[in-house]
Amino acid sequence: MRIIRIKCRAILIACVVATLTACAGSGANIRSEIPPRHSISELRDEPFAVVYDPWEGFNRHMYKFDFYFDKYLFLPAVRGYEFVTPVFLQDRISNFYNNLAEVRNFTNNVFQLKGKESAKTLGRFLTNSTIGLGGLFDPASKLGLERSYQDFGKTLGYWGVDSGPYLVLPIFGPSSVRDTGGLMVDSGITYGIYTLVDPFRGADNEFAITAGLETLNAIDTRHQQSFRYYESGFPFEYYMVRFIYHEKREIESGKAGKDKANQQ
Amino acid sequence: MQRSNPAPRLQSAGQLPADRAPGTFARLVGVFMLAGLLLTPLQLWAAEEYGYPIAGAYDATILGTPANLRPPLPTKMRVRNLVLDIFPDRDRPPIFFYDDGLRCTFAYQKHPAPLVFLIAGTGASDRAAVQISMLKALYQAGFHVITLPSPTNANFVISGSRSRVPGDLYQDSEDLYRAMEVAWSKVKGDIEVTSFNLSGYSLGGTEAAFVARLDRERKVFNFRKVLMIDPAVSVFHSASRIEELLNQIPGGSGKLGAFFNRMLYKFSEFYNYGNFVGIDDNFLYAVYQEKVFSPAEAAGLIGLTFRINLAGMIFASDVMTNSGYVVPKNKVLKVGDSLFDYLMVSSHLSFLDYFEEYFLPYYQEIHPGATREQVISYFDLRSIEGYLKSSSQFGVMANDNDFILTAEDRDYLKGIFGERAKFYPRGGHLGNLEYKENLAYMVDFFK
Repeated sequence: MRIIRIKCRAILIACVVATLTACAGSGANIRSEIPPRHSISELRDEPFAVVYDPWEGFNRHMYKFDFYFDKYLFLPAVRGYEFVTPVFLQDRISNFYNNLAEVRNFTNNVFQLKGKESAKTLGRFLTNSTIGLGGLFDPASKLGLERSYQDFGKTLGYWGVDSGPYLVLPIFGPSSVRDTGGLMVDSGITYGIYTLVDPFRGADNEFAITAGLETLNAIDTRHQQSFRYYESGFPFEYYMVRFIYHEKREIESGKAGKDKANQQ
Repeated sequence: MQRSNPAPRLQSAGQLPADRAPGTFARLVGVFMLAGLLLTPLQLWAAEEYGYPIAGAYDATILGTPANLRPPLPTKMRVRNLVLDIFPDRDRPPIFFYDDGLRCTFAYQKHPAPLVFLIAGTGASDRAAVQISMLKALYQAGFHVITLPSPTNANFVISGSRSRVPGDLYQDSEDLYRAMEVAWSKVKGDIEVTSFNLSGYSLGGTEAAFVARLDRERKVFNFRKVLMIDPAVSVFHSASRIEELLNQIPGGSGKLGAFFNRMLYKFSEFYNYGNFVGIDDNFLYAVYQEKVFSPAEAAGLIGLTFRINLAGMIFASDVMTNSGYVVPKNKVLKVGDSLFDYLMVSSHLSFLDYFEEYFLPYYQEIHPGATREQVISYFDLRSIEGYLKSSSQFGVMANDNDFILTAEDRDYLKGIFGERAKFYPRGGHLGNLEYKENLAYMVDFFK
C-alpha cells in the first residue's frame, strides 16, 4: 500500500515538474491574454448573418477537412478531367447528368404538389432525353421549359420543416440536418429507380460501368461548381458561406420573408 | 434616381435569356425583345451612344453588368495559380493554416507577348470576379496576365505585407512591387515578354500609379503603359465617402446589423411574392427593376459591403500583429474557434476608426512628427502629381457618376491626363467594368 502511495506521489511530482518545465520551455505561448480595445459588449445593434450553428467547432474542422480533400484529391481529378476533355464534351457530360437529375427535380416538384413545375420538369426530361439525344443537349430551355431545381431538403422546407442546425458534411460541404436527411432520401429514390431500371443488366462488367459513371458524376458535379474553400482569403468566409447557403435554401423553399416577427 | 435613355435600356433588356425568365418577368422580357427588334435600325445611327443600361450609380455598383452585355470570354485558358513565398520565415497562426503564400493568378501565351499585372480593389483577392473578367479579356487579346490581390485583402496582409498593417500607399506599393518581382522570377523561364504593363481598379488603380512611380526608380519592369480604372484620387476621402453612405440608414452605421436583417427580409419577401425559379441573375435584375431597394437603401448596402470587406482586413492585421485591437492580445485562435464576435466587432469599426486608432499610431511611430493632415495628403495622387504629369504612360478609365470621386476629383484627373482620361457617363463605381465596351477600351489601351 505504502509503496503504491509513494509511487503515486512520485508520478504526481514528476507530472507537475514536467508541466512546469513545459511551461518554462514554451513561456512565449502562454502569455496572459489582455482584453482588446474593442469588444462585443460595446455594440448596440442586432447581430447579422445569424444561422443556428450549435456545432460550429465540429463544422469548422469539417470545413478544413473538405479543403484538404479538395486540394489533394477532388480538384486534381477535376483538373485532369478538364485538361483531357474538350469543352464541348464537358458540356455534353454536364447536360447528361443534369438531365438525369431531372428525376429528382420531378419527384420533389410532385411532393410539393407543384403541378405546373412538375409538368414542365417532365416535359424537359422527355424533350431532352429524345430530341436532346439522351440528355446531351438542352433544347427544352430554348422551348421555354426552364429548369426547376428541387430536392427533398427543399420539399421538407416547403412543408414547414425547419432547417435544424447548420452542418458541414464531409465532401458534400455546407448543409443542414434537414438537408442531410433530404440528401439521403433523394439518393435512396435515385438508387431505387436505378435498381428498377437496371440499365446495364447482364453486362459483363456492370459494377465497373456503374462505378465509372458515379465517379464521372462526382467529378462533373465539382466541375460545375466554381466554389473553392478559403479562396476568398476573407477571414470570415465560413460565416459568409454559411449565411448564403442557409438563406438561399430558406428563401427558395419559401420559408424566409414571411414571418413578420422575424423582421424586428 | 435619374432614369436612363429608353432606347439602349430596352435593347439590353431584350437580350436577356427569355427562356430562363420566369412568369410575368418573362412576359416583360418578351415585350422588351419585340421592342428591341423594332428598335434595331435605330441603333445604327445611335451607335455612338453608350450602351451600358443601368442609370443609377448605386444600382450599377451593386448589379454590375448583366451577363448578356458582357463580351464572350474564353472558357479554357493556359492558366496557373502562383503561390508566392515572399517571407519564408513568417509564422502564421493556426487559424490561417490555409494561407501558404501570396496567391496570384497567371494566364500565359505560348508566343512572345506583353505582360499585364492587375491589382485588385479594396478587400478583393486575385480571383475576384472583375479581376478574372479583365484577365480573360486581356488573355483573349493575346496578353500574358498576372492578377494580384489587393494589399487590403487578408491574404496579402498575411503573406505579402512586410508590416502587416495595410493603408500606407507607399509601403503597400513597395509590397506590391516586391510581389510582382517574385511572381516574375517564378514565371520568366516559361514565357517571353515583349513589354510590362500595369493596371488596377478602385484602390488598386491608385496603387498602380504609386507602383509605376516606384518602378521609375527601381527600373525592374519599365512599365510601358499603366491604366488606372475607377481610381480614388485621395484614398482617405474616397473611403470616407463610402462610409458616408451608411449615414443614410436609420440609426447610422451603429445599426448596420439591424439594417442588414431588414434588407434581407425585404429581399426574401420579394422572392415570395414573385414567381421565381431561384435566386439567379433574373431574380436580381427583377429586384433592381422593381425598385425593391430605395436609393438610400442601395447606398447603405454598398457601405455595408465595404464594412464587411474592411472587417476582414482589420481582423487579419490585428491577428498578424498581435495588437489587441479586436482580438485579445496574446490570444492564439484555433481552427475550431468561433470568430463570429470578431466579425460583429470589426464590421462596426469604420475606416476612420481604423485610421485614427490603429493605423495612425503605427505610422507615427515609424515617422515621428507626421501629422494626421500630412498623412492624409500623402495618400493622394496629388502627392505624385509631378510624376503623373511628366509621364505619358498613364491612362484613366472612370465614370462620371462614380460616388467615390467628387466633381473636383474628376476635373483633376481630366486636367492631368487630358485625352488619356476616358470618362463614361454612367456605371457607378466599377459597375460597368465588365461591359463589353469598357473591356474593349481596356484591351485597346494596352495594344
